[in-house]
Amino acid sequence: MRIVFKTSYDADLGLFVHRYQAFWYVLLLAVAVGLPFVMNDFWIGEAALMLIWAIAGMGLMLLVGHAGQPSLGHAAFMAVGAYTNVILQTSLGWPFLVSFPLSGCAAALAGALLALPTARLHGIYLAIATLAVSVLAEDGIVMLAPWTGGVSGIFAPDIKIFGVGFNRYVNAPGFYWLTLGVAVLVVLGYRNILRSPLGRSLVAVRDSEISAQAIGVNLARTKAVSFALSCGVTGLAGALMGHFAGVFNHETFTIFLSITLLMMIVIGGLGSIHGAFLGAIVITFLPLAISIVREFLNERFGTASVMPPGIETAAFGAILIAFILLEPMGIYGRWIKIRTYFELFPFCRRDMFRRQRGYLRTERIR
Amino acid sequence: MSLLELEDVTMSFGGLTAVEGASFAVNPGEVFALVGPNGAGKSTIFNLVSRYCTPGGGDIRFEGKSILGCAPHDIPRLGIARTFQNIELFEHATVLQNLLIGRHTHRRSNAISEILHLPGVRAEERRHRLAAEKVIDFLDLQPYRESLIMGLPYGVRKIVELGRALAVEPKLLLLDEPASGLSAEETDDVAFWIEDIRKVMGITVLMVEHDMGLVRSVSDRVLALADGKTLVIGTPQEVQTDPAVIEAYIGLGDDGADE
Repeated sequence: MRIVFKTSYDADLGLFVHRYQAFWYVLLLAVAVGLPFVMNDFWIGEAALMLIWAIAGMGLMLLVGHAGQPSLGHAAFMAVGAYTNVILQTSLGWPFLVSFPLSGCAAALAGALLALPTARLHGIYLAIATLAVSVLAEDGIVMLAPWTGGVSGIFAPDIKIFGVGFNRYVNAPGFYWLTLGVAVLVVLGYRNILRSPLGRSLVAVRDSEISAQAIGVNLARTKAVSFALSCGVTGLAGALMGHFAGVFNHETFTIFLSITLLMMIVIGGLGSIHGAFLGAIVITFLPLAISIVREFLNERFGTASVMPPGIETAAFGAILIAFILLEPMGIYGRWIKIRTYFELFPFCRRDMFRRQRGYLRTERIR
Repeated sequence: MSLLELEDVTMSFGGLTAVEGASFAVNPGEVFALVGPNGAGKSTIFNLVSRYCTPGGGDIRFEGKSILGCAPHDIPRLGIARTFQNIELFEHATVLQNLLIGRHTHRRSNAISEILHLPGVRAEERRHRLAAEKVIDFLDLQPYRESLIMGLPYGVRKIVELGRALAVEPKLLLLDEPASGLSAEETDDVAFWIEDIRKVMGITVLMVEHDMGLVRSVSDRVLALADGKTLVIGTPQEVQTDPAVIEAYIGLGDDGADE
C-alpha cells in the first residue's frame, strides 16, 4: 500500500493525489492519443462513440451522481445540442468552432429553464417530470419540422476547422481526436468543479437538503446551476453524436436514449468520473460483443440460431439488474474494492464496505 | 442590545399550538438553554430561528433586525449556524469536506472561475482549508479527517456536526441537543467545548438540552417550556427549583393529587 505524505494544503488541491497516479493518467492519455496509429477506422469510430457516450455520461453524472437529482430527460438535451449545432451550421453557415460551444450553451439554457419549475421536486417526482420532458422533446422535434426536418431527419454537415475536414468517414482519426479533446476538457472542468465550493454545494444538496440550507446553500440556485452544467455538457455530446450519426431525426433521441444514459452511469458507478467512462465502455462495446457472439454462433450452428433480435436490450436489462442487486456502486465501486483488497493484502476485511448506500434517495423530509 | 430577540412568537401546526407567545432575548456572549419535556416546542423555536417555519405571529430579530423576511439559506450569512437533533451530515463526503461545505457562506469565487480553477480559487481554497483545520484542531478530529461520515460512530458524527457549524464562523450558535446519545465522558467534552466556544471564540450559544447536568454546568440562563408556553426564565438553579417546572416534568406533587 502506498502511503501519501502530504506536506501542504496544495497536495489536496491538485488534480492527482500523487505523482504515480498522475503518471498512470498521462500514460492513459498517451495511449488514447496514439490509438489511431494502431487501430483501423472501424474501431476508431467505435472509440469515438465511446467517448461521446462518456461525455454525455459525465453530464448526467454531475446531476445524478453529484447533485443527486435523477433525470430521465437527458435525451432531450442531447437533441437540443445536436439540432442547435446542425441548424447553426446549415442555416446560418456558422463554423463548427462557433456552433459547437453554442449548442452546449443552448442545452444549458434549456436545462436551467427546466430547473425553474422543478426546483421543488426531488427523487422519483423529479424523475417523472424529466421523463415528461423526454417525451415532449420527441414530439417537439416533429412539430418544429421546418427547422429540424421532422420525421425525415436532418443531415449533419462535415466538420471543418480551419479548412481541415473532420468527417467521421473521411478522417476517422481526426474525428476521434476531436472527441478526445472535448472529453479531456470536460474531465478537467468536472475535476475543477469537484475540488471547488461549487462541487461541495452539489454534494450538500444531494446528501441533505435541510442542512445544505442551514449552511447557506441556496437550493433553487444550486439545482439550476447543476441542471445547466449537466445539460450543457450533455448538449455537447449530442452535437458530437449528430456528427457521428451523420443523419438523425426524432427517433434518434427517444426516451430509450435517456434510459440508456441513466443505466450507463449506474452500471459505471454513480458519483465518480470514472463511472461515466466505464459505463460508456459497456454501452459501446456490449452490442459489438453480442454481434461477435452472434456471428460465432451463426458460423457454428448455422443461421437462425439461438440469438433473437433485441437481445442487446435484454442483455442491458439483465446487467443492470445484476449490478443493482450485487454491486450498487457500479463497476468503479467494484474496482475500488478489488484495489483495496490488493493494497491491504492480506488485511482486507469483508465488512469494510458494508456501510455504503445508494445515492438516489427518493424522498426526504424537508 | 440583545443578539437574538423573540417577541411574542406563536406557531401552530394545524390545530396544535407548538409555540405560544414565546418572548425572550439572548444576550451577546452568553449560553442560553431551552429546556422542557418532549413536545414543549424547543425544536420548533430552533426551526423558527432557522426560518424553516414561519411564525403565525410575533417577530424574531437578530442584531435588532427582523429576520422574518429571510430565506433559510440567508440565515447563516447573518451569522447564525445550527446543528440538528438527528444528525444531518453529508454522509457520502469526508469529515474535511463536511467542514469545508460549512465555509459556503465565505465563498467569494463564482462558478466560472471555479470550473477554470483560476489562481484566485486556489488561494481561497487554502484559506477555507486553514479555517477547517482550525476547527479540526479545536475538536480533536485529526484521526477522522479523511473518513467518510457514513462509516463514523455516532459520537464522532455529533462532534463533526458541531465542527461544521463552527466552520461557518457564526455569531450565534444553535445547538439542538448537543449531548443526546453521548456517553458521560463525551458529554463532559461537549461541556468544555461549549465553554471554549463562548470564551475563546466569543460565540453566543443557544441550546436545547435534556441533560440537566450539562445545562447546569454551562448555561448562564435557562428558559423552561411546557406545551409551547414559557414557564420561567432564570439561572439554572432558579429554573430547577421552580414549582411550575417540577410540575411540568413530574406532574403534581402528592398535595396536588389529593386535592
